Amino acid sequence: MSALSNAVVLLLIAGAGLVARALSRDRFWRENAVQLWRRRRAALIVVAIYLIVGLLDSISWVSAGGGALGDRPRTQIDRALVPESFDEASYSAPLASVAFYGGQPLKHPGAHLLGTDILGRDVVYRTLKGARVALLIGGLTSLVVIPIALLFGVSAGFFGKRIDDAVFFVMTVLASVPSLLLLIALIMALGRGTVQVCVALGVTGWVYFCRIARGETLKLREADFIAAARALGVREGTIIRRHILPNIAHLVIITFALSFTALVLSETILSYLGIGLDGSWGQMIDQARNELSRTPVIWWNLAGASVALFTLVLAVNMIADAMRDIIDPRTRREG
Amino acid sequence: MSAPLLAVENLSISFPGEAGPVRVVNRVSLSIAQGETLALVGESGSGKSMTALATMRLVPKPGRIEPGTRIAFEGRNLLSLSVPDMRAVRGAGIGMIFQEPMTSLNPVTTVGEQVLEAIELHTKLPRAQARSRVIELFGLVGIPDAKRRFGAYPHQLSGGLKQRVMIAMAMAMRPRLLIADEPTTALDATIRAQILELLRDLSAKTGTAVLLITHDFGVVNEVADRVAVMYAGEIVEEGTRAELLGRPRHPYTQGLLRSIPKAEARGHRLEEIKGAVPRPGHWPTGCRFHPRCPHAFAPCAPAEPKRTTVSATQAACCHLLDRSVEP
Repeated sequence: MSALSNAVVLLLIAGAGLVARALSRDRFWRENAVQLWRRRRAALIVVAIYLIVGLLDSISWVSAGGGALGDRPRTQIDRALVPESFDEASYSAPLASVAFYGGQPLKHPGAHLLGTDILGRDVVYRTLKGARVALLIGGLTSLVVIPIALLFGVSAGFFGKRIDDAVFFVMTVLASVPSLLLLIALIMALGRGTVQVCVALGVTGWVYFCRIARGETLKLREADFIAAARALGVREGTIIRRHILPNIAHLVIITFALSFTALVLSETILSYLGIGLDGSWGQMIDQARNELSRTPVIWWNLAGASVALFTLVLAVNMIADAMRDIIDPRTRREG
Repeated sequence: MSAPLLAVENLSISFPGEAGPVRVVNRVSLSIAQGETLALVGESGSGKSMTALATMRLVPKPGRIEPGTRIAFEGRNLLSLSVPDMRAVRGAGIGMIFQEPMTSLNPVTTVGEQVLEAIELHTKLPRAQARSRVIELFGLVGIPDAKRRFGAYPHQLSGGLKQRVMIAMAMAMRPRLLIADEPTTALDATIRAQILELLRDLSAKTGTAVLLITHDFGVVNEVADRVAVMYAGEIVEEGTRAELLGRPRHPYTQGLLRSIPKAEARGHRLEEIKGAVPRPGHWPTGCRFHPRCPHAFAPCAPAEPKRTTVSATQAACCHLLDRSVEP
């Protein structure tokens, strides 16, 4: 199991590298990337840190020695924070040396930067583990959403008539079901694994982007350069590939970034409803919810997860916003 | 005279309207010989662009070319060709340039790549060779610094340069016929002359025939060998440039020519043709020009005028020329 997921992660990294290489050959993307770096350096660094944490947490292996910690595969994050021996009995405040209740001395006094949760787990460790889940929800779901939405949206917009009617019918039906209800139903039907939740989120979430892709294609279809391409004898398929898709690429990127944050946030709602992903920030927040009424208040659990969530969402949103300014021809400075 | 390069016979194009199909082009016939430049002149809405699109079989939906039409290019009826065969004609046999160079190029691809695409569509040339072919073409259409411009995006080029790129793209496969749909309308007057000269040069150098669509007699005067005048979806007069500009026979042609500003008429009121082109589907009966015609007489409203030859090369559709019609 871990071998498979390791392979998938490595393949993803390789794929991302290839895409980046291909894009860097094109001056349009290279210039945009440089502009983005100039405008949103901090946000990019933040996202990079999240990505690194998420990736480090995605590759696991069994220690050579095995030893006291058992022989199950562990990731770099697990190793760095050694959770099994790091746990306390229950709550402890940040950097405390005694337990929150009872006042027994802790096993690791002063070592828990953000304290521990009800089961004595280190909050920093859980927050870091949450990064992977958040990236999975946002990334994996977008990988489901974008191809579906592009396929349906572009073909509906380009070919029109029957195909457009069919796609629009499906979209209208999906849009008229309360999406949360549909989401819960899908998760109940599919099960509660990471992939299942992502697929459920994807199935309910593609309509929005599909509508954008359809509208944009509809507009582009009438463009003069499409007519010019036809007059040169270009096939319809080639017209879509070479003229339509590159012209909506900026929408894909912006939609990806925006839907990413929306998805990460919506997972907290799923967690609140009890169908979120294990180890997510949403779950941490949900668990911390009960503790807020205590005096003295137990805030660190909530703080860890929500600051992490907020920072990621803010950073990605800022990048998306800058990207829209840079890529959108209407706001782009002519060079 | 040998068989014409392009022979359009009886071309009718109709669009579905609220009350049945509306014919925007009505039984138009024209022919272009090898290497010849034919100017198709008319006001907007006269059906000249539709006629041009029809020869590429690119009439926008839901318009359709009506049965009975024959469009022969190099002896082959284009209307009976299969879709892949027609695609091979587009670009390789007939090239086309459009009115708006600003929007006729894909904004997110370099102009070099776009011309390259045109070459790769119709040949199996290796990429490096195709690339040098593009740079050669850029030189041919007078794009300075062709090597550097290969990697330029459309928004980095001026309108004149963009139109040159469009011409390079259309000429990439050395088509026998180039359709130019108002190629200079969107350009500055100074650039206009350059582009027209380029078209004339290319036509002379490569032997490409040109179907030039325009509403500007200045353009006609500069490049055309022969002229056909369209009004309300029909050809009302055709002839050589000298005949049409010198001795126009149809009142509409005469009116068009009189409405051109002239240096010697300075200070006088510019003449105009009264009224406006009727909307498609609301054509007048008989001669479609008669409500606006200063010479209209009894037979004009009820009867359609026949095509009357004036000389070996000039003909017009007007009752005034038809000797069988009694005034």
